[in-house]
Amino acid sequence: MNTKFTIETDGLGKRYGTSWALRECTLAIPAGHVTALVGPNGAGKTTLLNLAVGLAEPSAGSVTLLGGHPAGSPAALDGIAFVAQDTPMYKNLSVAEMLHLTRNLNRFFDQGQAKARLADLGIPLKRKAGKLSGGQQAQLALTLALARRPRLLVLDEPVAMLDPIARHDFMATVLTATAEDGVSVVLSSHVLAELERVADYLILMSRGRVQVVGEVDDLLASHLVLTGPAAEADRYTERPVVHVRRAEAQAHLLVRATADDPVPPGWEAHPVGLEELALGYLREPVAASVPGPARGRHAEPSEVAR
Amino acid sequence: MTALTLLARPEQDAALRPLPWRRMAWVTWRQHRVALAGVIVVLGGLAAYLWQTGRGIHQAWNFIVTCHPANSATCGQAAGLFNSQYVPTEVTAGILLTLAPALLGAFVGAPVLARELETGTFRYAWTQGFGRWRWTLGKLVPLAVVVAAAAGVLSVLSWWFFAPFFAAKFGTPLAPALFDLRGVAYAAWTLVAVAIGALAGMLIRRVVPAMAATLAAYLALALLPGLWLRQHYLPAVHTTSNNVPGFAWILDQWYTKGGKFAFQGVQKSGTNAAIEQHWCPNAPPSWSLGECLSHHGYTQWTSYQPVTRFWPFQWIEAGWLLVLAALLIAATVWLVRRRAA
Repeated sequence: MNTKFTIETDGLGKRYGTSWALRECTLAIPAGHVTALVGPNGAGKTTLLNLAVGLAEPSAGSVTLLGGHPAGSPAALDGIAFVAQDTPMYKNLSVAEMLHLTRNLNRFFDQGQAKARLADLGIPLKRKAGKLSGGQQAQLALTLALARRPRLLVLDEPVAMLDPIARHDFMATVLTATAEDGVSVVLSSHVLAELERVADYLILMSRGRVQVVGEVDDLLASHLVLTGPAAEADRYTERPVVHVRRAEAQAHLLVRATADDPVPPGWEAHPVGLEELALGYLREPVAASVPGPARGRHAEPSEVAR
Repeated sequence: MTALTLLARPEQDAALRPLPWRRMAWVTWRQHRVALAGVIVVLGGLAAYLWQTGRGIHQAWNFIVTCHPANSATCGQAAGLFNSQYVPTEVTAGILLTLAPALLGAFVGAPVLARELETGTFRYAWTQGFGRWRWTLGKLVPLAVVVAAAAGVLSVLSWWFFAPFFAAKFGTPLAPALFDLRGVAYAAWTLVAVAIGALAGMLIRRVVPAMAATLAAYLALALLPGLWLRQHYLPAVHTTSNNVPGFAWILDQWYTKGGKFAFQGVQKSGTNAAIEQHWCPNAPPSWSLGECLSHHGYTQWTSYQPVTRFWPFQWIEAGWLLVLAALLIAATVWLVRRRAA
């Protein structure tokens, strides 16, 4: 039962009171990727993930998982593992009891793998979950999630509360799991720096809307940074400009262009990094919205932003 | 990483049968054993109190029953002492027994969902493979049944405790304050208390306010049947006899003369003393008011529930409480299923 997409949404929206936390979200996240859901606080990342794991009901549209299972349905819950923001844990249960609890609540649980991983991490089984450090709690939550052998691992701001070392270790575990178990990952974050190393698929969100969708390699290949005289910046019209950053006499233009596109005289083209690309879009939440595929139904996601 | 190969895992392609309910047994026990220990403390403490004071009461009552000669000063003194000493105990026990289900509902029922929602752990629990509405049902039903069963055991003890008071004709077993402290009704009330707690926890989403709401809602609900509902479980019996069967629950009493209501507006107690003083100041003490008044041409009407209806009333009350508890739990599960986080 291989499935092409992990999460598919169609016109998905969520309203709290009168304000929309998420609207007109139509996505198909391909399987086999580490997908980063990036955006500022309040962009709708958590809302989207809550809808996907069935903790919230859509106000509009629909969301299905792993080949058409409605979010929150037994089949969907069976195939996913979710680590919520701040990794909520029963503080008065020991680590061993958390393992036993999770084992009881799921169809499949790899107790041996979980214990081995905890031993590697130096997390004692007898310690109460509430007595673990923030990094250990996050690792425990991740271990519990991975031991279920999910086909999709959903992580909501997994590293936001962690110190840099714990953050690095956590992401290393995620990467190992994707490499060894072939699990697809969707993780949300507003920490950009960490993502470049792990994510190969990007969804940028702002103000409750999806702004950019695509494979990281494709996005990087279809964007350039042009550096040139600030005075000339407004005159560049050859390719769509996402964002203009001015630094004294120089301007840096994030443009949708490939390395094959001509560079105007006096300008210098540089490849763009993921962080720079994301920041460029996030600073232009309206103007830089991705045309077409992100809005269109069942578009081929990798075609976005071309 | 190839995009389309996903690691197969055992059972992945098998038809998805729900996980067996017994998986929830350990989960429920581990997460609520402290609350269940609290149940033992509350009900055990109450049982110890009933047992301790009840033995004294039974001894005193046995002394009165076996006292010879019955009209001696010693025996009269013993009876008087019984009244002054043990009636307050009876009242105290009644209050404690009334409060116990409310406490159990607040401490066992309310936190089940409120704690998950307050601490955010519902985001863990409700995304596991067991499924959230089954998780809720798998917790609530065993907890409610275990707590109700424990209350049922206590009600056997309270049956024994109150026996001397009924033997001493202190009141009818159908009396509003006492009826539901014994028998199956007590267990059913406890079941409802836990169900109220669970629903309050789901609606309020915070442990302490949910507990307070549970106490308030339960006590308000517990007052209703005695005041308005229970007397209508079966149609009341009317009699013009002055000898109303013993232990009957007298609902109303009035007098007629010549086909008209007499002493209009004067009902059961209170002003009876005024009537008595006016009509029967010199009547023999063995006469009841009705007997005296019948000598003056009045007819005494009594509307009552005979004590033989104790068990039918117990089952009627337990029955509708069981339905109510089922509805409350169903509403809670429905909310868990529906309500977005």
